[in-house]
Amino acid sequence: MNIAEQVLEGSRLALSRVLTYIENDQPEGREALKALFPHTGKAHIVGVTGAPGTGKSSLVNRLAYYYRHPPEGEPKRVAVVAVDPSSPFTGGAILGDRIRMRDLAGDPGVFIRSMASRGALGGLARTTAGLVQALDAAGFDIVFIETVGAGQAEVDVARLAHTTLVVEAPGLGDDVQAIKAGILEIADILVVNKADRPGADATVRALTEMLKMAHPTQETIMHHGQRMVIEVGARREDAPLWVPPVVRTVAVENEGIDDLAQAIARHRAHLQETGEWQIRDRVRLQSELENLLRDTLMQRWRATVSADVYRATLEQVFSRRLAPSDAVAQLLDGAPAA
Amino acid sequence: MAERRIRVLIAKPGLDGHDRGAKVVARALRDAGMEVIYTGLRQTPEMIAEAALQEDVDVVGLSILSGAHMALVPRILELLRQNGQDHVKVFVGGIIPDEDAPRLLEMGVHAVYGPGTLTDDIVKDIRQAVLGTEAGE
Repeated sequence: MNIAEQVLEGSRLALSRVLTYIENDQPEGREALKALFPHTGKAHIVGVTGAPGTGKSSLVNRLAYYYRHPPEGEPKRVAVVAVDPSSPFTGGAILGDRIRMRDLAGDPGVFIRSMASRGALGGLARTTAGLVQALDAAGFDIVFIETVGAGQAEVDVARLAHTTLVVEAPGLGDDVQAIKAGILEIADILVVNKADRPGADATVRALTEMLKMAHPTQETIMHHGQRMVIEVGARREDAPLWVPPVVRTVAVENEGIDDLAQAIARHRAHLQETGEWQIRDRVRLQSELENLLRDTLMQRWRATVSADVYRATLEQVFSRRLAPSDAVAQLLDGAPAA
Repeated sequence: MAERRIRVLIAKPGLDGHDRGAKVVARALRDAGMEVIYTGLRQTPEMIAEAALQEDVDVVGLSILSGAHMALVPRILELLRQNGQDHVKVFVGGIIPDEDAPRLLEMGVHAVYGPGTLTDDIVKDIRQAVLGTEAGE
């Protein structure tokens, strides 16, 4: 039995090995992903992002525990991929997200894997998507992706996840933070964690105001010189609009976790009813395909060009005799760098 | 493009609550370019073996100051074996009496470190233990 078959049979040792092969970009990893790919597409992928210290790991811990011990219905199998930063200097990393996830220990329906970002920006590692695919194929119903948590540009997770939670905590910034572009725009659900702290009301208010502006319920348009107010819902007959809810939680006290789980369930239902689930799936696969294509083309092309020619062209750019765009044209045309 | 990083689990089994030493070692291994999974205080042998399995680590470093090493370490070694992780190298650090160290090594522990150990030596030992085996395979 090959390793992909062992993963499908439920071997945790095989799964763990496959995750390592994928993370290290080894041929065994690519082989396994090929075999596992037809079995993917079933898991609900939930991204969790937000600034460091907002409580992402604690929330994932509580949510995963909730899905393992639901108030009603069957428990779901939960996987977590937790990404922490690599040192840009040594490549080393401290991966500490498990510290907050000890409630999940000893549960065979849970699989937690820590990964270092290995130089990738955007909050994930380059191979995170591959790990998520393997966990999806291994039969986990929900896969959480916890991002590095470095800040405002950390938006890659939204491309990978069906549902993106953006976690905030009181006292981290004024209301201008709430109108900046980027991380808040990717939120399907906004979580104000540590909501027992002073300033929580102000944070909830700022986020709610921001959402009203981002998802206006009315639009004012000028029509033949006349100002007209129309209801947005009336104009878009195609699909109901998802307005991200703001959910208050205190993860360490297990408060608000039911509300959050219900918001996640509502978002999932919304995605499925509107067809957005398939759209997100296609967008994700397309961007994965394009990333892979870019890497592969680059590798193939590098194999065709001699190191000397490449080096000579680069030198011309260094000495400002050739603009980078001209260098590209020259290299791709195969013309020798004179 | 393959990138191979040594992955280490640093764990504190048992009930003592002093993790300064474990954190210093974790930091030193990080600075040596390794990926270090730190799981926090008061871990059972089962939790440690489970984390080692899910994280597919090359090395497990155990920090024990409580005196319970002769009970905890064999249990962890046994669980690692049961899980099919015989290849994982186990290092023990902390307060280990001189007469116990050889017994731990006999059980299959790779090295035992007491107070005053240089972190550079630990880094060197881990590199040799992990990369040495790989080259031999």
